Amino acid sequence: MSEFIYYGDASLLKRPKWDNKNAEDEFYKYLYLRKNISGFHKELWFHQQGDRSWLIVTRNTKNHEIIRVELATEVVKGLDK
Amino acid sequence: MYYNFLKILKEGLTNNNGWKKTWQNPQIKKKYDVIIIGGGGHGLATAFYLAKEFNVKNIAVLEKNWIGGGNVGRNTTIIRSNYMLNENEAFYEFSLKLWESLEKQINYNAMVSQRGVLNLFHSDAQRDSFIRRGNSMIINGADAELYNVQKIKSIYPFLEYENARFPIKGGLFQKRGGTVRHDAVAWGYAHAADTLGVDIIQNCEVDNFKFKSGVCIGVETNQGYIKANKIGCAVAGSTSLLLSKANMSLPIESHVLQAFVSESIKPIIPGVITFGAGHFYISQSDKGGLVFGGDIDGYNSYAQRGNLDTLEDVCESGLALMPTISKARLLRMWGGIMDMSMDGSPIIDKTHIKGLYMNAGWCYGGFKATPASGWCFAHLIAKDYSHRLSENFRLNRFKNGYMIDEKGQGAQPNLH
Repeated sequence: MSEFIYYGDASLLKRPKWDNKNAEDEFYKYLYLRKNISGFHKELWFHQQGDRSWLIVTRNTKNHEIIRVELATEVVKGLDK
Repeated sequence: MYYNFLKILKEGLTNNNGWKKTWQNPQIKKKYDVIIIGGGGHGLATAFYLAKEFNVKNIAVLEKNWIGGGNVGRNTTIIRSNYMLNENEAFYEFSLKLWESLEKQINYNAMVSQRGVLNLFHSDAQRDSFIRRGNSMIINGADAELYNVQKIKSIYPFLEYENARFPIKGGLFQKRGGTVRHDAVAWGYAHAADTLGVDIIQNCEVDNFKFKSGVCIGVETNQGYIKANKIGCAVAGSTSLLLSKANMSLPIESHVLQAFVSESIKPIIPGVITFGAGHFYISQSDKGGLVFGGDIDGYNSYAQRGNLDTLEDVCESGLALMPTISKARLLRMWGGIMDMSMDGSPIIDKTHIKGLYMNAGWCYGGFKATPASGWCFAHLIAKDYSHRLSENFRLNRFKNGYMIDEKGQGAQPNLH
């Protein structure tokens, strides 16, 4: 059992609106297509065995170096503005 | 037939001075009919079947490193066709049939060993699901047998049968499954393709594609520009990176999967065993090393090495199943970059660009799929329409909702 669990690309925070004109295509892209970056990747982690916060971690997928960790709730507040 | 008994006898008597290289290192031509990017198992198999079955001449395989250095040499060497969904089972059964005749086809000893694959189950519900899968295998022309505990005890007396949480209740056995020496698969396909005139170019990395009025007409490489009528990509974990140069976004995440080998010990495990309660699979190589693996590490990675917590988890699963291996020491471990697709199934398809074809999304299934993947990809490239066994492995299934999700996990690549 890991302390942190991985959820995927942080672009998942930008969920399309259901009533957009192109919602079907947007949801296809949102759900299935990934940039799959080699290098610094923003991704979602859940602190399952800790304070149960959702985190946005910026990590290099070539060598696992982590350069930034943010609370997802804070970032989402910024997105809504 | 280059490798034969008389040749071995003759070379044995003359200091082995007369052997040709297994494959040549030819000069790159300016133009090819077909270029395959990626000299792994799938790429080499594609080139071989293009030349042999589909009568295509003038083929090149471009490999950025050396033949056998990618995932074809970074797996646990298991072959099997024990899937449940028809789309998968028919395809993998075709692959297993090709494995059975592979060595004659490529004139190379790949040590194909049908030593049997045993999937253990640990509860009544799991038995039901395994029986269902076994029936699906039989319907698709594969072999499957249900083994009870007594039968398993006669083969593997040392397993932990009385584990309080996960007692062994039986197993689903596929006799025709087994192992193959993975390096020899790469070398054998390379040898056979080379014999048919395919140019195998190592240390040749593709940097970009060249397009002309919407058609892919060549590749820019570190060894110069090469023209081609058709270009097929079989680059596993690097697929997203390569095809991003064609402005494609794919339903793929790259993850690292580790494999482990212990020191050599006396023969103890005659076949392949998988643990049904954790994720753990093990076999013993002919040299005596225990070859085993488990889950992917679980987060996007392009580093061809894994982390220690996965090693710990895999070893715990192994010891829960067979405490007897607790004293074996680990000798080697390595990681390969898996192209994990959104439904856990592969993609063999044309792209939206004319002349550009892709073969990817192999997740865990890549090694055992090598011959069928090569065959179906060669069919697609040569005839411009899908082979009947890969017509469901197309990109549009994600948009149309026809996922082939063997485990029913949904669009979460690290769970497949």
